[in-house]
Amino acid sequence: MLKTRIIPCLDVKDGRVVKGVNFVDLVDAGDPVEQARFYDASGADELCFLDITASHEKRDTLFDVVARTAEMCFMPLTVGGGVRSAADVRKLLLAGADKIAINTAAVTNPELIAELAEKFGSQCITVAVDAKAVGPDRWEIFIHGGRTPTGIDAIQFAKQAASLGAGELLVTSMDRDGTRAGFDLSLTRSIADAVPVPIIASGGVGGLDHLVDGVIKGHASAVLAASIFHFGTHSVAEAKAHMARAGIAVREE
Amino acid sequence: MAQTVCVIDYGSGNLRSVAKSLERVAAEADLGGRIVVSGQTKDVLAADHVVLPGVGAFGDCYAGLSAIDGMVEAITEVAINKARPFLGICVGMQLMAEIGLEHGRHTGFGWFEGQVEPIKPRDPALKVPHMGWNALELTGQGQGHPLFAGIKAGDHAYFVHSYHMALASDRDLLAQVHHGAALTAAIGRDTLVGVQFHPEKSQKTGLKLLHNFLEWQP
Repeated sequence: MLKTRIIPCLDVKDGRVVKGVNFVDLVDAGDPVEQARFYDASGADELCFLDITASHEKRDTLFDVVARTAEMCFMPLTVGGGVRSAADVRKLLLAGADKIAINTAAVTNPELIAELAEKFGSQCITVAVDAKAVGPDRWEIFIHGGRTPTGIDAIQFAKQAASLGAGELLVTSMDRDGTRAGFDLSLTRSIADAVPVPIIASGGVGGLDHLVDGVIKGHASAVLAASIFHFGTHSVAEAKAHMARAGIAVREE
Repeated sequence: MAQTVCVIDYGSGNLRSVAKSLERVAAEADLGGRIVVSGQTKDVLAADHVVLPGVGAFGDCYAGLSAIDGMVEAITEVAINKARPFLGICVGMQLMAEIGLEHGRHTGFGWFEGQVEPIKPRDPALKVPHMGWNALELTGQGQGHPLFAGIKAGDHAYFVHSYHMALASDRDLLAQVHHGAALTAAIGRDTLVGVQFHPEKSQKTGLKLLHNFLEWQP
């Protein structure tokens, strides 16, 4: 059977990992490629690079990072951040990315999802759904890295993205992101149950039980976390062992 | 190993990942040889081993190959008439079927009896695309096949697809996985092999399979 995926996420700025970590055995902890190798060796199921580079000119550093990572790591790599067009997607895929996460451009122009899915296949188009609670069981989509509200209902947008051809949704609770208080399980489950495609739960992981909850209570197909792995609080192997004990099928080999 | 391995470039897919993983495998095992990424029929015809990657839709991939003058003929020549080891990956495997039903009805190479159909799990909790790591179940043929030497039942491979190849018979089935129902994971006959999963993304298991392919001298 299919296993629940654990996906470490690295924030990359100007070609360097930020908000990172300090693994003692890394020569250069700020080098995304070194960190990718570390996660590759430690049994991560996929890896996600989120480019938070502000200036457009410096974005080209990302292509180099992706290319160098793809040479070293033979695992799926999702890249997101600032992707606006088919040309951006092609460049990242050619550099070695397997999946591309799009957020702002998908919200402002949903037709782009259909265009990209048709051109490159649904399997490589991940739509990032950044949502904030605006009422009981109501969430709104935010764009520009969570800074701009749109008035768009998150569940409706998730359904639309899936029907336009997104192969997967990365669902992030803007309320929980960085809080270490756990996923917004109600948001996660509402979207997971509303769409046929797999969803990745994101935002708020502070401990291993949160990962379990994301799957069992949130119905996610994959869980994404940053700080618990980066700061060495837990290893990917510990996370998998913990999930396995909770009855979740994971890949341990 | 093969003196020359050609990875066919027809504008589809993650060629770089496939080529890089083959290069890594060849270098680590000191196999020598040369990995060529090419969209030219002469390179395909001259290759000792041929790899056909593919991501995207069945019809688009076939159209991409057909758009290169003489490519489908060259592939048939090298894989069937010259019987050089041929590996299809993901849609590259699916193209070896007779028919693909993704976005309309399309013909494939017709080397394997069967068609490429949508994955439709009865349980709505099972998601499509079938995306992630799944445990391989090797058939009797698979266990004895050189491609799977050193790979055992239960080893995981990375999949991402919404359509799968429904074979007319199990004769050529090397491996399957379960996602609601059984899905074809690997096929093989004579010098032809195909895998639905991505060996170039399947860490150790995938690299082992690519190593086996490079060393395969049927």
